Amino acid sequence: MSAPQDGHNDPAVAFEAAKLGVWTFLATEVLLFGALFTAYTVYRAKFPELFQAEHLKLNRILGTLNTVVLLTSSLTVVLGVDAIRRGKARLLQLYYGATVLLGGAFLCVKYIEWTEEFHHGLFPDTNIFFSLYFMMTGLHGIHVFLGMCVLTYVVVLAGRGRLSADYTTPVEMSGLYWHFVDLVWIYLLPLLYLIG
Amino acid sequence: MEPVSGESGSERGYLAERGWRSWAYTMDHKRIGLMYLLTTIAFFFIGGVFALLLRLELLSPQAKYFSNHTYNVFFTLHGAMMIFLFIIPAIPSGLGNFFIPMQLGARDVAFPRLNLASYWIFVAGFLVVIASLVSPMDTGWTFYTPYSAKTGAAVATLSFGIFLIGMSSILTGLNFIVTIHKLRAPGMTWHRMPLFIWGMYATSIIQVVATPVVGVTFLLLAMERLLGVVFFDPAKGGDPVLFQHFFWFYSHPVVYVMILPAMGIVSEVIPVFSRKPIFGYKAIAYSSLAIAFIGFLVWGHHMFTSGMSPLANALFSFLTFFVAVPTAVKVFNWIATLYKGSITFESPMLYALTFIGLFIIGGLTGPFLGALATDVQLHDTYFVVAHFHYTMMGGTVMGFFAGLHYWFPKMTGRMLNEKVARIAWALVVVGFNVTFFTMFIAGVRGMPRRYAEYLPRFHAENVISTAGAFLLAIGILVLFWNLWQGLRKGARAPGNPWRALSLEWQTASPPDTENFHEIPEVTDWPYGYGKPKGPAA
Repeated sequence: MSAPQDGHNDPAVAFEAAKLGVWTFLATEVLLFGALFTAYTVYRAKFPELFQAEHLKLNRILGTLNTVVLLTSSLTVVLGVDAIRRGKARLLQLYYGATVLLGGAFLCVKYIEWTEEFHHGLFPDTNIFFSLYFMMTGLHGIHVFLGMCVLTYVVVLAGRGRLSADYTTPVEMSGLYWHFVDLVWIYLLPLLYLIG
Repeated sequence: MEPVSGESGSERGYLAERGWRSWAYTMDHKRIGLMYLLTTIAFFFIGGVFALLLRLELLSPQAKYFSNHTYNVFFTLHGAMMIFLFIIPAIPSGLGNFFIPMQLGARDVAFPRLNLASYWIFVAGFLVVIASLVSPMDTGWTFYTPYSAKTGAAVATLSFGIFLIGMSSILTGLNFIVTIHKLRAPGMTWHRMPLFIWGMYATSIIQVVATPVVGVTFLLLAMERLLGVVFFDPAKGGDPVLFQHFFWFYSHPVVYVMILPAMGIVSEVIPVFSRKPIFGYKAIAYSSLAIAFIGFLVWGHHMFTSGMSPLANALFSFLTFFVAVPTAVKVFNWIATLYKGSITFESPMLYALTFIGLFIIGGLTGPFLGALATDVQLHDTYFVVAHFHYTMMGGTVMGFFAGLHYWFPKMTGRMLNEKVARIAWALVVVGFNVTFFTMFIAGVRGMPRRYAEYLPRFHAENVISTAGAFLLAIGILVLFWNLWQGLRKGARAPGNPWRALSLEWQTASPPDTENFHEIPEVTDWPYGYGKPKGPAA
């Protein structure tokens, strides 16, 4: 398949291009976290007892709570995409706004967890388990924050009347990114909190 | 660009607009490509000065001009600048940016704004790299732990700079992948794409897949220094060999980021100056993808002496031999293209032929190092230095020079002085071989790399090599002086001075901002040379 004349101005081609671009970008993100997951695999195989003993020091209740928060935020994203496809920009703003708030709640809980751990003398240089824990959750947290920025931008776009049922690209692309960030957490939770 | 008097704006094509804003804010892929070219060539010169300083020091067996530490800093900066700031971005981000949309028959890349962002991230990256010079790196460009975690040099700063450069590289690769998928002119099927595009496609995939891993690796290294995470610290259960695995998981595939675009250029130049259809189009196209794929599975051959398991060593050795196969496929197809062609020796062709010759030497010395027994003997000797300079400089840089000479008329609307170009070529070829072939000999005789001092029995080789290096430098100066003269007062270039068939030549030189007045309709592959118009293979 090749592009029709003047590919740049054709909205269908532009949408397809954006979609391929975001999926390619997500592939790079998989590789970014992939290195950390590889390190995790190597060290867990090397020190099984250490991982077993250290992971009990994490707060499972807050970890589970955060999982619920983040999964709910994925639901609101889907509802937002559905809203704009039906042309309801106001509803989209509501759902994406809720997603940003849920993301904020996630980061607050994470902040409480880290503070608690610091109080118990658990730092990134404590041992290899906590090096992994802080690096993985930290990098993930940065991604949550960036996702919140992107979603806020989409809310602003919607407020300016730039989005409609005919032009949903920013909504769908930012939604894809948010799902990815969610998915990373779905792997982090069992690997860090639920070794058993 | 140098203004030329008595010229109307339309003749200057995409260069018509003046003033720094027209460059800094441009979303024209051609201007962004040119900015990349000038930036990377500047670093080529800086990296080259460091190389000459190293060669100067090696004139005598004892350290004479600089301390050992200064020597370490110089070879680190030479390697890091040449690799991260010149050879990785030069062809893809420079020539690729300019010619991918043109060869596809598109008006621009898929995401022009992202393209500009990628350039400015690159600039931010090299500014941070320059900032790290307050306490310059002395670890070699490989940043091996544990030394890099402990040295007093500004490792974290440099890591951050390279992280940014990597980000720019990822965004450029992503942009090219989408452009090639979505913005081909009507009628341009995958098998009608020029081979430069195939090379760039494979390159972009490697950039996108491999670069994030090295990004995280440098992040972990920086965090090891800043927060004390223990990933690579053996005292706390970390593993320095894991750093090497991560580093080479990127840094081996990235040698194919360096070579594949150059192979693409050679595949363009050879048929044009042989007036013959390229031989084995599909074999060349798919061997690029094969190299990109197998190239991901061979990184361990940098670590045969680092203490991997014998099984891993054997596997990596076998896979290393395997990656030589698609590479050889290309070489045989180029030679078959030349066979019975009407060959002319214009400067792009001279560099393309030089590429083939030098790359065969560089390529065939690769399996020496991929074989376990010989690698233990040759590891970290000058044999390795010679091998990768034959592939990277003899290969990639010659391909880059071929591309510069081939596309210069299109980019600037000016012709080059062919005579001066050939003199420069002769100096470069002789200088290059004198410099680096002697290193093979010194390496086999046991001279280790990365020392400011050496045993007196290697003196003769080093003197010859240094003499060659300065000859090579003179050749390169003549080459770029010629480019500069061509820019200032070269004869006007016609749209298609080489009578080439790919789309970038079917428009004005220099092209307009829009590239084409009308998007061309493609009905054939771009290699139907030397035969009456008709259906091609």
